[in-house]
Amino acid sequence: MFEALREGLGEEMERDPNVCVIGEDVGDYGGSYKVTKGFSEKFGSWRVLDTPIAENSFTGMAIGAAMTGLRPVVEGMNMGFLLLAYNQIANNCGMLHYTSGGQFTIPVVIRGPGGVGRQLGAEHSQRLESYFQSVPGLQMVACSTPYNAKGLMKAAIRCENPVILYEHVLLYNLKEKIPDEEYTCCLEEAEMVRPGTDITILTYSRMRYHVTQAAKTLVDRGYDPEIIDIRSLKPFDMYTIGESVKKTHRVLIVEECMRTGGIGASLRSAIMESFWDELDGPIGCLSSQDVPTPYSGPLEELTVVQPHQIVTAVENLCGKK
Amino acid sequence: MAKRMQGIMESIQTLCSGDHGNEGFMQDDEDEEEENGVGRLTSWAELLGFGLAVFSEAIAPQLQCFCDRTLGFAVGQGGSREAWIKAVAMAMSLVRKAVKKGWVGALAPAARVMSQALSTASEPITLDIPVPFKAHKVETPSVTVETSAQELTNFFKTMFIMRRMEIAADSLYKSKFIRGFCHLYDGQEAVCVGMEAALNDKDCIITAYRDHCTHLGRGGSVLEVFAELMGRKDGCSLGKGGSMHMYNKKGGFYGGNGIVGAQTPLGAGLAFAQKYLKVEGVTLAMYGDGAANQGQLFEAMNISALWNLPVIYVCENNHYGMGTAEWRSAKSPEYYKRGDYIPGLKVDGMDCLAVKQAVKYAKEYALQNGPMVLEMDTYRYHGHSMSDPGSTYRTRDEISGVRQERDPIERIRKLLLSNNIATVAELKTMEKEAKKEVEDALSKAKESPSPDSDELFTHVYRKGYGAKAYGADRKEVVVKLP
Repeated sequence: MFEALREGLGEEMERDPNVCVIGEDVGDYGGSYKVTKGFSEKFGSWRVLDTPIAENSFTGMAIGAAMTGLRPVVEGMNMGFLLLAYNQIANNCGMLHYTSGGQFTIPVVIRGPGGVGRQLGAEHSQRLESYFQSVPGLQMVACSTPYNAKGLMKAAIRCENPVILYEHVLLYNLKEKIPDEEYTCCLEEAEMVRPGTDITILTYSRMRYHVTQAAKTLVDRGYDPEIIDIRSLKPFDMYTIGESVKKTHRVLIVEECMRTGGIGASLRSAIMESFWDELDGPIGCLSSQDVPTPYSGPLEELTVVQPHQIVTAVENLCGKK
Repeated sequence: MAKRMQGIMESIQTLCSGDHGNEGFMQDDEDEEEENGVGRLTSWAELLGFGLAVFSEAIAPQLQCFCDRTLGFAVGQGGSREAWIKAVAMAMSLVRKAVKKGWVGALAPAARVMSQALSTASEPITLDIPVPFKAHKVETPSVTVETSAQELTNFFKTMFIMRRMEIAADSLYKSKFIRGFCHLYDGQEAVCVGMEAALNDKDCIITAYRDHCTHLGRGGSVLEVFAELMGRKDGCSLGKGGSMHMYNKKGGFYGGNGIVGAQTPLGAGLAFAQKYLKVEGVTLAMYGDGAANQGQLFEAMNISALWNLPVIYVCENNHYGMGTAEWRSAKSPEYYKRGDYIPGLKVDGMDCLAVKQAVKYAKEYALQNGPMVLEMDTYRYHGHSMSDPGSTYRTRDEISGVRQERDPIERIRKLLLSNNIATVAELKTMEKEAKKEVEDALSKAKESPSPDSDELFTHVYRKGYGAKAYGADRKEVVVKLP
């Protein structure tokens, strides 16, 4: 997946000289997850900028540069570090287009790995999508496969709005064959992973794989789940989700965010508001526990949703078969 | 009549030829000045000649009147420089009246010649800056600055308009036309006016929330400012930004930022873009003495010094961060030194010319060597914002003392009078015109409507994605975004 991201970023940098990368250790080091490996030699140190450890100011700088027409891609070494840049992202990035009456656009892309990894500790296992989801003016997407990683990266860079692209630490080594010809993915569309009839399972990022794993067990037991990777965290693709709900009448949301104030919470209320009449039962939501992620391995596993929990939840929502 | 005209034309020709004999037209004392005087008078003579040409299309009595009030006046007054200035001013106003009354159609070329003549007629004036610069890790610029009558007059006019605008904003706030926060700039006008004199349209300015006058300096209009303050459609941000969010893309003004200090990394980013896109311009990232303690400022200084970005950090030190005096908030209130490895200058921020000189110097420096810090020693007469009376943390004597001794507008007024660039009466006329301009803008702004309700949802995203925007209950489609 990191190669897919690299390809996407590299192609966009070749295509448009205004695209530049700003982040810590993106240049000579090649990026802490190798996404920008080789870029420094190829594009020069003025387009791949190694910054000091100052997230607040380099995010601010990227926003200032974007106001003049450049298209910076900001890399947070870990999404959690971008909490230091929260003011810049919330107040300036999201709002400048509005408060200037449309005079300035901020075509910035903020990307980086987040999510719970392998025993990285509480502060390095943040899921920022829930913190940023209320900021008006931002678009948020989460990639989950090499195919959609490259497509979303390219689309995000070409988008005129500020986009936050959420990657996951544990997905960087995924391998998949992707097309040679150029393609982009639509930023606002969800992806149908497995069509089905019994229940709609909505998920994104790493939890997609837990869901597909659970699906194997579910299929064995006679269920036919429809799995949708929502991809677009803000705005939600209510069209695809709605069509699915009309078909299956049952919804389960599986996410890695915390239970309180997470993406699942917003998605749940959005579906209930728009599709109440289509639902046969309450919308289930499986999220991570509302605790700081512990270091200990078994405890960390208990924090996030595991496949067997997904199976149990589906059985409860659909009735035993 | 014809004989009189003949006589006058001959006098003009005499002047133009430089042979002034005993006429006493040239009453300047110095020989050097006399030479310059010829040049000046030739242009003025041309000017009056044009006036005559214009009026020759008019009827005879008007021509007689014109000659009496211009040439006749100047000659009658002994042909002193002041007299000629008055004569020219009178000529201009007479021609304007003539055109207004529709007697002649040649306003544009006549006016152009007049203003050209007047500007060539203002020779460069050299002045010394009274308060010396203080430098940190760099040489001070020269205290001798070159300006011109036109520039000083423009300083006066612009600062006066800004002052009236801020005072009008004060009364608007008190009569509840302006709500929320309103941070007034009066007292600090010299900083933004002096800066503009040293900058061009390739340069960018970004500042904090005390931005009404900075917006004006970058090409905004008083109408836009008032309308924005009152939240009307004709505001520069369509009424959606307010006092703290004024922007002017064409003029290179990037706001207008509410959070203290957050504009400094943005400013570094603007300078980065200028260097990336190879634009020969600098960015002035302005902040106050309160923001000078923000971490992100030092982060931005570090990065901009590392990458040699053409950014000038301008600290508008008005000595109070809302209610906290500088000695209570900063261990080292020498803000020009706090860039440490970045050189700095301390400038008298109440003196337009000092500001102009410092910014000019800093611009040359920044384009070659990277960032510089300028500390403008200035003062605000109002409190921090309209909810702050401004006298709980400082004495009224201090405020009136600064107003008496250091007021920027008074300083320029004294320069204009002492250099005979304008008379008291002319300054009064300029003030009246400025007041009228501000009042007209104010009444026009009051008539401007509030934005439509659809505007609530526009400009959240650029080129919306075909989404529908609902009202609070999500049942009714309020507006479909483009």
